[in-house]
Amino acid sequence: MAKTQITLTINGQQVEALVEPRTLLIHFLREQQLLTGAHIGCETTHCGACTVDMNGKSVKSCTVLAVQADGSDVTTIEGMAAPDGTLHALQEGFSEMHGLQCGFCTPGMIMRAHRLLQENPNPSDAEIRMGISGNICRCTGYQNIVKAIRYAAEKMNAATKEAAE
Amino acid sequence: MSDAAQKTDGEKIEDREANLKGIGCSRKRTEDARFIQGKGNYVDDVKLPGMLFGDFVRSPYGHARIKSIDTSKALAVPGVKAVLTAADLKPLSLHYMPTLAGDVQAVLAEEKVLFQNQEVAFVVAEDRYIAADAAELVEVDYEELPVLVDPFKSMEPDAPLLREDIKDKTEGAHGARKHYNHIFTWEVGEKEETDAAFDKAEVTIKELISYQRVHPSPMETCASVASMDKIKGELTVYGTFQAPHVVRTVTSLLSGIPEHKIHVIAPDIGGGFGNKVGVYPGYVCSIVASIVLGVPVKWVEDRMENLSATAFARDYHMTAELAATKDGKITGLRAHVLADHGAFDACADPTKWPAGFFNICTGSYDIPTAHVAVDGVYTNKAPGGVAYRCSFRVTEASYMIERAMDILAKKLGMDPVELRLKNFIQPQQFPYQSALGWEYDSGDYPTAMKKAMEKTHYDALRAEQKEKREAFARGETRELMGIGVAFFTEIVGAGPTRNCDILGVGMFDSCEIRIHPTGAAIARLGTKSQGQGHETTYAQILATEIGISADDIMIEEGDTDTAPYGLGTYGSRSTPVAGAAAARVGRKIRDKAKKIAAHLLEVGEDDLEFEVDRFKVKGLPEKQKTMKEVAWAAYNNLPEGMEPGLEAVDYYDPPNMTYPFGAYICVIDIDADTGVSMIRKFYALDDCGTRINPMIIEGQVHGGLTEAFGIAMGQEIYYDEGGNVMGASLMDYFVPTAVETPEWETDFTVTPSPHHPIGAKGVGESPNVGGVSAFSNAVNDAFAHLDVTHIQMPHDHWRTWKVCEKLGLTG
Repeated sequence: MAKTQITLTINGQQVEALVEPRTLLIHFLREQQLLTGAHIGCETTHCGACTVDMNGKSVKSCTVLAVQADGSDVTTIEGMAAPDGTLHALQEGFSEMHGLQCGFCTPGMIMRAHRLLQENPNPSDAEIRMGISGNICRCTGYQNIVKAIRYAAEKMNAATKEAAE
Repeated sequence: MSDAAQKTDGEKIEDREANLKGIGCSRKRTEDARFIQGKGNYVDDVKLPGMLFGDFVRSPYGHARIKSIDTSKALAVPGVKAVLTAADLKPLSLHYMPTLAGDVQAVLAEEKVLFQNQEVAFVVAEDRYIAADAAELVEVDYEELPVLVDPFKSMEPDAPLLREDIKDKTEGAHGARKHYNHIFTWEVGEKEETDAAFDKAEVTIKELISYQRVHPSPMETCASVASMDKIKGELTVYGTFQAPHVVRTVTSLLSGIPEHKIHVIAPDIGGGFGNKVGVYPGYVCSIVASIVLGVPVKWVEDRMENLSATAFARDYHMTAELAATKDGKITGLRAHVLADHGAFDACADPTKWPAGFFNICTGSYDIPTAHVAVDGVYTNKAPGGVAYRCSFRVTEASYMIERAMDILAKKLGMDPVELRLKNFIQPQQFPYQSALGWEYDSGDYPTAMKKAMEKTHYDALRAEQKEKREAFARGETRELMGIGVAFFTEIVGAGPTRNCDILGVGMFDSCEIRIHPTGAAIARLGTKSQGQGHETTYAQILATEIGISADDIMIEEGDTDTAPYGLGTYGSRSTPVAGAAAARVGRKIRDKAKKIAAHLLEVGEDDLEFEVDRFKVKGLPEKQKTMKEVAWAAYNNLPEGMEPGLEAVDYYDPPNMTYPFGAYICVIDIDADTGVSMIRKFYALDDCGTRINPMIIEGQVHGGLTEAFGIAMGQEIYYDEGGNVMGASLMDYFVPTAVETPEWETDFTVTPSPHHPIGAKGVGESPNVGGVSAFSNAVNDAFAHLDVTHIQMPHDHWRTWKVCEKLGLTG
């Protein structure tokens, strides 16, 4: 099948690639870019395991074509920790609050929470629950995921406040 | 030597204990680091050079004869390497595979398809897109046959004949077959004595309590990557296996490849909940394709395939009867179960237990006599019958008795808690011999029940409910309030090899450990975590037993080349069985370490006492050797005649099961006009014996309750009359999101198991077992003052609204 050239930014790096027009973004990321952090849980946009950040929005990469990502700025779980290895507040929060068990939904959950906290830096528990309702977890019962996101929000807000002072 | 050991000399004992991170502490999980950074390694992350991708052609019909299969158009697609059908597998005797239940299951359908989405052909291509394209081009000519979906009609004289391959077999793996769609009858208990108890009873109840067909639906679907090295004659299989060692043995028996030349690896697993216990056609086809083609072949099912073709659970239709005195003392239990096993009996139970441990159905109560019979039947539905986050058929058993208790309480006009308290097995009765043959190890049920009542202000809740019912009658509220009580006893940790085996292999488990000169260790076990946190908790057991920090112990599982043989993780058996092996292996290490320490300190072994992480000379506390010092000495300074090194292995055959229990209370509010329900409160008290990591226990309880909530309040894999599966996507099948999921309140008591080396019982499945009953009892309780005896699950809003409508409650 004829291939199309796409150019995009993934985790801060510019990437050029040839893809089939029908290639899904999740397969492009996992199989061509070897970024296997985002997972496939349903292929029907229900479970959110494939969530990545694209141009400032959470997208379920199992229902975005790679060609639609041409020219875009994509962040995946692999781009969340600082280059020196320091964990993002959300990554730290998930571990501290026991917000994961099998780990399969975790990359998508963290990427969604990352965007949620950009949209609403100080969400209530109900807002967190609504904000992650496109992401399914079968292990944790969500209670500790809510705590993990709250942990991250508090830490990020404290850092912002400190920077402002 | 060892600066670290020197430094700890002056430390306080509490600091040394904290440093150990042993049993009882909420140690953060060691496995998290890779998962939170997207560096887990699940089966679909495995990418081998030259790897091909397989995809199935599946049956659109529930029951049909295959007249022909034409693969030519599919084979003509560029990039397609092979299309396997039953005709290709038959010469290898692989078109059928043995099931765990003593039946056979079609790998690829030969003459007939017996359920919708059954595997018919396996297309192997260069990538998953080409495989999917080509699968659509395989032309299968079907002739539709009458479909059987109702298990109650399966043994009618003119019922459609499903299994032509065994139609003349009058004897199955578990005794006589009464009908061509009958699989087995399993009976336990004293029939005559029980019948007599019912004849004499002052009060009886009888109710059909159905537990609908559901599916575990872990986030990661089933998958495998098979790689045959034809030159070495070695087969490597990566797969979503909860029991990798058994998979290796079965693969060897089926393929004829010697077991030592098969490398089965279960990498990270994205949740199992029973779904990944069985052996599925996809695994077999990826292996056969790799053997045929000589290159690696990957198979990954999509969600629709997962929900409709691998590993359903439940589908138990239980007619329960209780006999009692007028004042509420239960005198007998009688039950008949019609078990819908689908098209093949692929239930994942220990081999001798066709209905699992359903005979735990006398629950937490001192019931003097009981009789149970289970009939398994075939229907045109997917095979499976796995224990979805429970021990084998235990959630069915627990649901039956807990609903029956509420039904009896209503008939007697008693409070459900009062009836339970009246019939509990008392603490002094343990070890308790149940009427259906189990020996309960330990328990204190009244204490747990009373604590749950106090914490939830149970009496106040009942008073509020009374007021609300009166207000409802006066037209002042449209809300119905339900209080669900459930008290469960689980039976987990299968199990003693005298009565538990999988295809002849006893259900022991194992641990081996090697402590290196610096005092850091690698321990390997025969189980396989799917999210339970084994890498964290096993290290805690070993840390306490040996006296080296959990941070210095790496836990490995899942690689059958390196891990000792074990039967895997399901039925809450990891802690009761492999956890016991870990404790015992630690004690073996400590025994040897003590000899070395005595040698180093130039005293007798009896002069030593162990304290947290070191041996001390009694009466001379300044004379001591830390375990780190002992580990070093194990490689250079040993007593005369002792072999060097510090390693041990333990294969643990448990003397009994363990019996975790708990008291759950759920408060629900239902809008009579819409049927919409809200869980106002859910309190879960669990007693899992000794608690290894409270943080992980709480997480397990949260997760199990959420799965129970899904099952009770909405999940169903439903088949219409045409055999079409209606619950096969996450649009149709209820998996709770964070929005619907209630807040959980957890609590505990601790009653250690007397026969387990550290007294632990297992907990991961308890919340599912107790939770389903608590939710369902709450919904039923909301209507208990009306003309309702039993409302079948799932209690979704629509079905609940239908109940309200039938009762004339809707506005």
